[in-house]
Amino acid sequence: MRALWAILIASALAACATTQTPDTQPPAGVEDRAPGAARPAPGPGTQGVPAKPVTGVDLTGDKPAAAGVAPHRDPANVLSQRSVYYDFDKYDIKDEFKPVIEAHARYLRENASLKMLIQGNTDERGSREYNIALGQRRSEGVKRMLLLLGVREEQVEAVSLGEEKPKEAGHTEEAWTRNRRSDMLYTGEY
Amino acid sequence: MRPMRNLLAAVLVLFAACSAHAQLSIEITGAGAQRIPIAVAPLAGEGALLDASGAGISAIVRADLERSGLFRGLEVPRLVPQPTEASSVNYAEWRSRLADALVLGSVAARPDGRFEVRFRLYDVLKQSALGGVAYTLTREQVRATAHRIADYVYEKLTGEKGVFSTRIAYVVKRGERYELQVADADGANEQAMLVSGEPIISPAWSPDGRRLAYVSFQNKKPIVYVQDIEVPKQQIVANFKGSNSAPAWSPDGKRLALALTRDGNSQIYLVNPDGSNVQRLTRSGGIDTEPFYSPDGEWLYFTSDRGGSPQIYRMSTRGGEAQRITFEGGYNVSPRVSPDGRSLAYIARNGGKFQVALLELATRQVQVLTDSDLDESPSFAPNGRVILLATIVAGRGVLTAVSADGRVKQRLTVTAGDVREPAWGPLNK
Repeated sequence: MRALWAILIASALAACATTQTPDTQPPAGVEDRAPGAARPAPGPGTQGVPAKPVTGVDLTGDKPAAAGVAPHRDPANVLSQRSVYYDFDKYDIKDEFKPVIEAHARYLRENASLKMLIQGNTDERGSREYNIALGQRRSEGVKRMLLLLGVREEQVEAVSLGEEKPKEAGHTEEAWTRNRRSDMLYTGEY
Repeated sequence: MRPMRNLLAAVLVLFAACSAHAQLSIEITGAGAQRIPIAVAPLAGEGALLDASGAGISAIVRADLERSGLFRGLEVPRLVPQPTEASSVNYAEWRSRLADALVLGSVAARPDGRFEVRFRLYDVLKQSALGGVAYTLTREQVRATAHRIADYVYEKLTGEKGVFSTRIAYVVKRGERYELQVADADGANEQAMLVSGEPIISPAWSPDGRRLAYVSFQNKKPIVYVQDIEVPKQQIVANFKGSNSAPAWSPDGKRLALALTRDGNSQIYLVNPDGSNVQRLTRSGGIDTEPFYSPDGEWLYFTSDRGGSPQIYRMSTRGGEAQRITFEGGYNVSPRVSPDGRSLAYIARNGGKFQVALLELATRQVQVLTDSDLDESPSFAPNGRVILLATIVAGRGVLTAVSADGRVKQRLTVTAGDVREPAWGPLNK
């Protein structure tokens, strides 16, 4: 019972301590070298909405284009295509997505300071844990193709979100199709 | 490590104040074919010792027994004089009320401010007392004591351990907010272990019931943590490159099996609960994940797609060849061995539906236990009698419990939120 009170008091204190110290460096072990990626953690009770890819122009430090919109942020550019879609329980990259990955490989080769995070996703069906592994397999597949096309290992990290971060919330075939996906994110977008 | 601590201060909150706002409510949606009619008479003097909601011990005991689906609680009118465990029992009268079993008892205040609760259980048909217990308790222990009485009655009348005094863990998602909750098996006393803006999955109880291992995405990727249920402090178990997930405790609590992708594909590793002594167990070209120890600690069951589709395999915890366990169907995942080691619950895909199946290991007989579409994360009660699982009902995440014979069903919901990732804790010592 005493231990419980200690917890209650500690939590009351934690709940008051809403000041969030921004992390000045990434936590030990996390492979996250992107500037600005180490955001303050969501506070108690806050809704930590994940950052959506920013469409504005802010490429301090790694501006690859001379002026105007960076190619990977230009909706008219093939590099604005960031997603690879899959069939249920599959992780092979379909032919239709290969030109997109090739374009990103070329771009990463030409802009050695740019880094990419590949997030593998699955639909909600089946096991959450199997879906973590399946999502990882999907993102690793995209990463492997990028490396084969000459991108340096240090530029790319593959992670899995499994079924945890669906783009579509519904329980329909259409939603599932959109959620079986790898997303390619550039520095500053994650 | 300092930034880590800041992160913890921000993410780790134990919600004492908020714990009242939503707890699991449990609805029985199916019952055993034969329920034992039992009369739990109000304990003499129990009005002086009610729980926070105003319920007395007899009502809590009756609700526990009814929730198991194996008992039917009979209405007991107010009797004058009120019988106690010391009264001589009028068996003919209780038989006329159609009771097969009867609980009588009393509550007395002690001079030190505590209470004494006594009860006795009777077999009305055989006209004999089956035994009884006396407890000394504080006012805060009313529900815990009632659960102990229900456990006693359950075990005497069914021959199996009761699980009314156990706890369950689960995750509640409300909007973009994720809560790792621990509650009593009846849904009361819900306490948040972790609240985060990022997903939390796969809670797993240590065998002594004091710690939970789980996977949190609070650092934008899956990392495995262990947390003492009484201390709001996370300890990292595995934070390697890629994904770290699927923790499962060894029966002696000294090792955790995990799935890591640090060497490429998801593979099974063993690690100490403090993160030391990492040892790779599987070496396959495919996905290996969801390890689960057999109760004797000899085997690890796991999911693998090495044969082309996800199926369940097992391997000695000392390594060696993997043996395939499931053969029917193209998608069998999430293996959980029953506490007696005789059967295996898992998720099977049947004609597009994902359902809980139970495989008897000796005979290889498979029984599908549910009729829902999107079942996940089965978890055995520590007596092996019931399997708790997550599913979707009317678009919402709920927990359901199904008896191992498929007959008794319960549904556990929270108001305004999705519940998922259930894990049933061990028996109280």
